[in-house]
Amino acid sequence: MTPFLPLVLGIPLVSALLLALVPGWRLAARLNVGASALTLAAALPLFAAEPAAGVFLLLDAFNVTLIGLTAFVGLTTSVFSAGYIGHEVESGTLNPLRLRFYHAMYQAFLFTMLLALSANNLGVLWVAVEGATLTTVLMVSLYRTAASIEAAWKYFILCGVGIALALFGTILIYLAAQPVMGPGMAAMTWTLLLEHAARIDPNILNLAFVFLLIGYGTKIGLAPLHAWLPDAHAEGPTPISAVLSGLLLNVALCAVLRFKMLLAANGAAMAPGPLMIAMGLMSLLLAGLMLYRRRDIKRFFAYSSIEHMGIVTVAFGIGGPLASFAGLLHMAMHSLTKSAIFYAVGHAVQVTGTQRIDGIRGLTVSHPALGWGLLAGVVAIAGLPPFGVFMSEFLLITSTFARQPLLALALSGGILLAFGALVLRVQQICFGEPSVGEAAGAGRPIHGTLVPLYAHLALVLLAGLWLPGPLVGWFQTVAALLG
Amino acid sequence: MDFGYDAAHLLGTLVLLTSFALLYQRRLFALLNVFTVQALALSAAAAWQGYAHDEPHLYITALLTLTLKAIAIPVALHRIVRRLNIHRTVEPALGIGLTMLAGVSLVTLSILLVLPVTENATALTREDLALSLSVVLLGLLMMIARRNAVSQVVGFMSIENGLILAAVGVAGMPLVVEMSIAFSVMVAFIIFGIFLFQIRERFDTLDLRRIERFRGESD
Repeated sequence: MTPFLPLVLGIPLVSALLLALVPGWRLAARLNVGASALTLAAALPLFAAEPAAGVFLLLDAFNVTLIGLTAFVGLTTSVFSAGYIGHEVESGTLNPLRLRFYHAMYQAFLFTMLLALSANNLGVLWVAVEGATLTTVLMVSLYRTAASIEAAWKYFILCGVGIALALFGTILIYLAAQPVMGPGMAAMTWTLLLEHAARIDPNILNLAFVFLLIGYGTKIGLAPLHAWLPDAHAEGPTPISAVLSGLLLNVALCAVLRFKMLLAANGAAMAPGPLMIAMGLMSLLLAGLMLYRRRDIKRFFAYSSIEHMGIVTVAFGIGGPLASFAGLLHMAMHSLTKSAIFYAVGHAVQVTGTQRIDGIRGLTVSHPALGWGLLAGVVAIAGLPPFGVFMSEFLLITSTFARQPLLALALSGGILLAFGALVLRVQQICFGEPSVGEAAGAGRPIHGTLVPLYAHLALVLLAGLWLPGPLVGWFQTVAALLG
Repeated sequence: MDFGYDAAHLLGTLVLLTSFALLYQRRLFALLNVFTVQALALSAAAAWQGYAHDEPHLYITALLTLTLKAIAIPVALHRIVRRLNIHRTVEPALGIGLTMLAGVSLVTLSILLVLPVTENATALTREDLALSLSVVLLGLLMMIARRNAVSQVVGFMSIENGLILAAVGVAGMPLVVEMSIAFSVMVAFIIFGIFLFQIRERFDTLDLRRIERFRGESD
């Protein structure tokens, strides 16, 4: 196996330990950026590496894609975070001790996500997802306000139960595999399970998948298990909302897809597709409706994340080369766009001093660069051309129309529903009389840089206009892998 | 049937029985004591499986369960309850009778669910699995039916007990998983502990009904 994979995991782990010892928050923020950049640098050679599988770690085209995405968004978010916390320290909402903790947890969180993505052992996968939950719970409660503690408590209880159910599913998988593969580590190793899948008892696999889908599905934010997601997004620091939406949800989905592949390889087990489609469609429609009633801007975009994870889950549930390709592309586009939106929202909340949507008006007038950036992000996430999200949604709907017209109708209905809410809100946020003058500090400048925001938007725009041939080829390989 | 089977069955059932006992406790200290009994039964079950199947690593699981869940955690929770002067009675969100009825149906459900699909596994494994799924579901029920934060923590840990019972019952499950469970319970407990303190600090109560007033959306 390539030495870069242990490196990708090792850098954030070591940085987490080091950052816990660094007292100054300015230095820590810079080190945080440096460590994330190193992780990305170590992740890039993985794209050229041969697929390999060890006892604990695994490298294939699917997880390399997600590892690359995670490392990239991890880096841009750390850049955004450096400016964001500068403002928070000045306004006195965070003290240096908590920031030390925050930076260490940020790297620990990246480590657990990368570990979950590259795990080949089901036990390691479970431990990594559990670790990701614990680190984010701590970060959501960072502000120590009543609302943030409630959000963290809800997050912990719901995801704790979800994780417990996922462990039960994992034990069931082992129980099913153990008569075929003998006791020991082999029956917990995903690649070996995949090889022997055809001989594993399909009934136990079915039961296990239901537990795993509900368990890890809680972390994807699939309805009706999504209740933790808006609270956790709204009450934590905004950089954490960006990585929660952009990365953590993908990691949980990746876990579910691994088990879906296992069921598909078995042949005799139930088709996991309909279950995933049902849950995904429910999330899409529910989130679409809920978007209209939101008054908090971060909750608003959290519901939009539920909507998009629903779309991705439906896409993978339908399966086949086209739909899986669309799902994969949508996953990547949503990660980039949604984290960009959260960067913009973070700045907007800091300049206006409120999270309420009716307190944020006329951003394009008061802060043109920020306002137009946010507008572009919302246009992209609503699925309008020429952005990449349009590409993936268009691909998904056209391919679904050919196979299941009714499902495509429901899917486009849900997307249109969310589209309406987004257009409605973004007009008020971006245009009209600016609200900044009302608050005490009139026309406060933006703290930090807008580079991460525009870098993400440029990538999404580029993907919408022109996908390079090698990238399309790569995504097709992954889609074939996912089946 | 042989003695080994009977003993394993007895210990598994004892864990389930204590799960039911957890459901109807009205006082916090009694709740913690019942939880201790459950941890003891689980630890004995793990040790017995280790002896019967000659899997020495299960002794470690048994020891971890014994020290952490039967001794350290109940002692710490006793202290927290005493030091924070928490209201000592458990306020049920659901009536006791109704809770017990729901519990019985959950056990029936898990037996109906597990036994038909695991026809190829050994009798002990499948019954152990049915028992442990029941314990997991009862733990869930307890988290729903109780408002007090301490009883929710106990419910969460009894879910983990059910998971360990399942892991122990399946022959040759690698140690990694059990270790990680023990570890995660500890981490979870620390976090819960921090939360309990913080909730106490912020709200002067551990009654979650009061906390829920602070909705994320203030309108």
